[in-house]
Amino acid sequence: MLSATTLDIRGENTGAGAPRTLLEVRNLSVTFQASIGRQAVSAVQDVNFTVHEGRTLCLVGESGSGKSVTARAILGLVEEPGQIAGGQILYHREDGIQTDLAALDPKGKPFRSIRGNEIAMIFQEPMTSLSPVHTIGSQIIEAIRLHQLVSRKQAREQAIELLRQVEIPSPEAAIDRYTFEYSGGMRQRAMIAMALSCSPRLLIADEPTTALDVTTQAEILDLIARMQKRYGMAVIFITHDMGVVAEIADDVAVMRRSQLLEYGPVRQIFDTAEHGYTRELIESVRRLEHSARTVRGAKVSPQVLLSVRELEKSYGGRATGLGKRKAGAAVRAVKSVSFDLHRGENLGIVGESGSGKTTLANCLMRILEPSAGTITYTREDGSDLEVARAGGGALRAYHRDVRMVFQDPFASLNPRMTVAQILAEPLKVNNVLTRPDDLRKRVGELLDMVGMPADVAERYPHAFSGGQRQRIGIARALALDPRLVVADEATSALDVTLRSQILDLMLDLQERLNLSYIFISHDLGVIRYFCDRVAVMYRGEMVELGPADTVCSTPDHDYTKALLSAAPAGHPDEKRLANRHRYERP
Amino acid sequence: MTDTAPLPQMDAPGAAPDATASHWKLMWLRFCQHKLALFSLLIVGLIYLVALLAEFLAPFPPQEANARHVYHPPQGLHFFVNDDNGFRFQPHVTAFRMERDPVSLRTSYVEDEGQIIPVAFFGRSTPYRLWGVIPMDRQLIAPVEAGQRFFIMGTDRLGRDMLSRLIHGTRVSMTLGLAGVGISLVLGLLLGGLSGYYGGRIDWVIQRLIEYILSLPTIPLWMALAAAMPRNWPPTLQYFTITCIVSLVGWTELARVVRGRFLAMRDESFVVAARLDGCSQRRVIFRHMLPSLASHIIASVTLAVPLMIIAETSLSFLGLGLQPPAISWGVLLQEAQNIRSITQAPWLFIPGALVVVAVLSLNFIGDGLRDAADPYSK
Repeated sequence: MLSATTLDIRGENTGAGAPRTLLEVRNLSVTFQASIGRQAVSAVQDVNFTVHEGRTLCLVGESGSGKSVTARAILGLVEEPGQIAGGQILYHREDGIQTDLAALDPKGKPFRSIRGNEIAMIFQEPMTSLSPVHTIGSQIIEAIRLHQLVSRKQAREQAIELLRQVEIPSPEAAIDRYTFEYSGGMRQRAMIAMALSCSPRLLIADEPTTALDVTTQAEILDLIARMQKRYGMAVIFITHDMGVVAEIADDVAVMRRSQLLEYGPVRQIFDTAEHGYTRELIESVRRLEHSARTVRGAKVSPQVLLSVRELEKSYGGRATGLGKRKAGAAVRAVKSVSFDLHRGENLGIVGESGSGKTTLANCLMRILEPSAGTITYTREDGSDLEVARAGGGALRAYHRDVRMVFQDPFASLNPRMTVAQILAEPLKVNNVLTRPDDLRKRVGELLDMVGMPADVAERYPHAFSGGQRQRIGIARALALDPRLVVADEATSALDVTLRSQILDLMLDLQERLNLSYIFISHDLGVIRYFCDRVAVMYRGEMVELGPADTVCSTPDHDYTKALLSAAPAGHPDEKRLANRHRYERP
Repeated sequence: MTDTAPLPQMDAPGAAPDATASHWKLMWLRFCQHKLALFSLLIVGLIYLVALLAEFLAPFPPQEANARHVYHPPQGLHFFVNDDNGFRFQPHVTAFRMERDPVSLRTSYVEDEGQIIPVAFFGRSTPYRLWGVIPMDRQLIAPVEAGQRFFIMGTDRLGRDMLSRLIHGTRVSMTLGLAGVGISLVLGLLLGGLSGYYGGRIDWVIQRLIEYILSLPTIPLWMALAAAMPRNWPPTLQYFTITCIVSLVGWTELARVVRGRFLAMRDESFVVAARLDGCSQRRVIFRHMLPSLASHIIASVTLAVPLMIIAETSLSFLGLGLQPPAISWGVLLQEAQNIRSITQAPWLFIPGALVVVAVLSLNFIGDGLRDAADPYSK
């Protein structure tokens, strides 16, 4: 959003049209030697790119592509047993001298004077990179005093000024607070303040917004962009999200399987990508701009499957001693939520973390006990079941019809069981099938349904990638021929290219098996692609409920507008974040 | 989405050679990488073999006193002789002669040159019963001439053969540890599991109980319990009582670990998934939760065994645990409690060295197991 202006500023400064080169990475290779005698695993192979002053380079790739290792190599932070196996990292100092960072001793003094001083880094998870036992202020002051000869008092004033710059409200008070008193977005701001404390020439940001909500992400991206302008920094921004790339990048480097696939200016990459994989990445963002349900001509029956009325979930005061409850203000995680779900319909529930969407899903599954309200489920034969009060056999029958797909494909499969055992478990305990031959046949069918070969049945979950595991999770949900599947952030832990595959798989299965879905996500794009109707949750309340197309194009509620405008667009030409809608809670 | 640890992609089915390897196999492969632990496993295996075959390995009955061989120094075992009949294979020890200093009247042993006591491998010995059941009359090392005595590790103040006593002590000390750990394991699993799975009031009561037990000063407690034990009980019964007493205090650590794991695992999504699959509570616990704990339990048990050995040794050393005529490492070390043994019979400390070796080995195994327990980490 500021590439053009930044370029001009730098251009004036240097007195030439082209921006000055700051960092050149040439033929960089990093290998990991897992143990002596084993063959070294290559994490980065022969990577070349250049960072110019005042410009933003986005390193894009899926998990395991080597983008973080590349960034760490620049800072000399490659962890044991990894090592730079070859290549140069040429850093152009202000006085014009070039230093090869790859050849410097990462622990030596020359490198330390560059790291943190001229090149700073911010990380994905601000909670783990900030100390929990020191105040935010003392951490920033320490960073300042490490690189500048100033008194404690001067450093404190600088720190307050930095906190003001990163827009932390009332910085004079905030400086003495501890990490846990900051929200995720505030922590990331504090990290940025710390990184800026020595006016670096290059800022490396390693997925700084991945752990944040989409609205907070927009704020942080905006902040980084403004700070970049103010300090004239270059930024290396590591991300897996092409939407973010479209918003902020000047140049893009696409990595895959430890190699650099493509490198060029952002428009070139988006408009004339040479590599199929790059196009796939861009496509996976753009696809979410449309609804797959309308394209497929989905039919929704008027018959109501699940009817939720005035559902409440509150957590009382903490239990102390022998089960006595403290009289304290109860936290209302879900406030009076009502909706209907029709047969064959996909209902999306969207909201930020802490909005109560997962609590709602857990109440629907009776993993949590709702505090008040009714959940009425209409059985196959037309009779109604009051889920909130059901128990024993009725609840077991409900759990046969309504199944769940979990967010984390690594935690949701028992690592001690083979795929066959995992898929057979619901069939066995519900006495649907008992003969080993029948079970084997059904497991084969299920694996076939989710596009996995039948011969993987004897393997353990550790042999599969995230996407494959999520397929197994879906197969488990389908084992009992359910009528409704509740998917809680089922695609959030997956890479973007896998995400659309899984979504399409779920839609295909829906048509074959006449399913309904309740799909919970923080990602409006996924919801728009997948769902017929959307419910927007904000702080436990359902603020908007309507057809997906309407909610995602002309939303009623201010919060939905903010959410919508905070989601990055799919092309550098339509940057949204610069003029996004902000929601202030009334 | 961190990608700092690059893993080989396993996208193509059939790419991973250990894809069908079970959890236990992975754990074993990982354990084998820990060379020290593997070596320790060998040592502990040997020690248990000794304990198992004590009667066969010990050359003499452990209680056999011999007034003529008090504080006899160790005799080296030699394999070849070279005498008038030529050089030949003949396992033997050199005989020692007792001498008394005419001035100080102090006794000392000097090597009796030329005098050998021939010994035989798998030679005949006085008949005995292995494990008190199988009648046997051969031992690993036996004197060729019945009635002759040799002391590879010397003798104690009553002239009893240290090697035989050590071998029998190994059986008692190593199994005493096991029995105690077994009881701790059951108690710890049961109470820790209940505490973690149900939470609430049950958890509160069990946690307070654990805190109470942890607050007890152990040495006075043991003194009281040892004093309460009837003196006329046979050593075997005393042995069992000591086991129970030691383990009644030892279960608390395991219970806390198990509780923590249960609490954490109760809400893990594969356990929730099992509940939604329709599994009964018992099936959730035994089929889904406990197997995940098994590796950790094994590791903590391996680390608990050496603690038990130390506890037994130190209690017996203080005279609170096993008492003579029972034999254990601790009882043997009781003999080494005075200055005289240090100056005159340093071989009485051999049981102490064995305690160190056994405890270290078990600790290394525990370390290796703990690292291997979660083969999916790293």
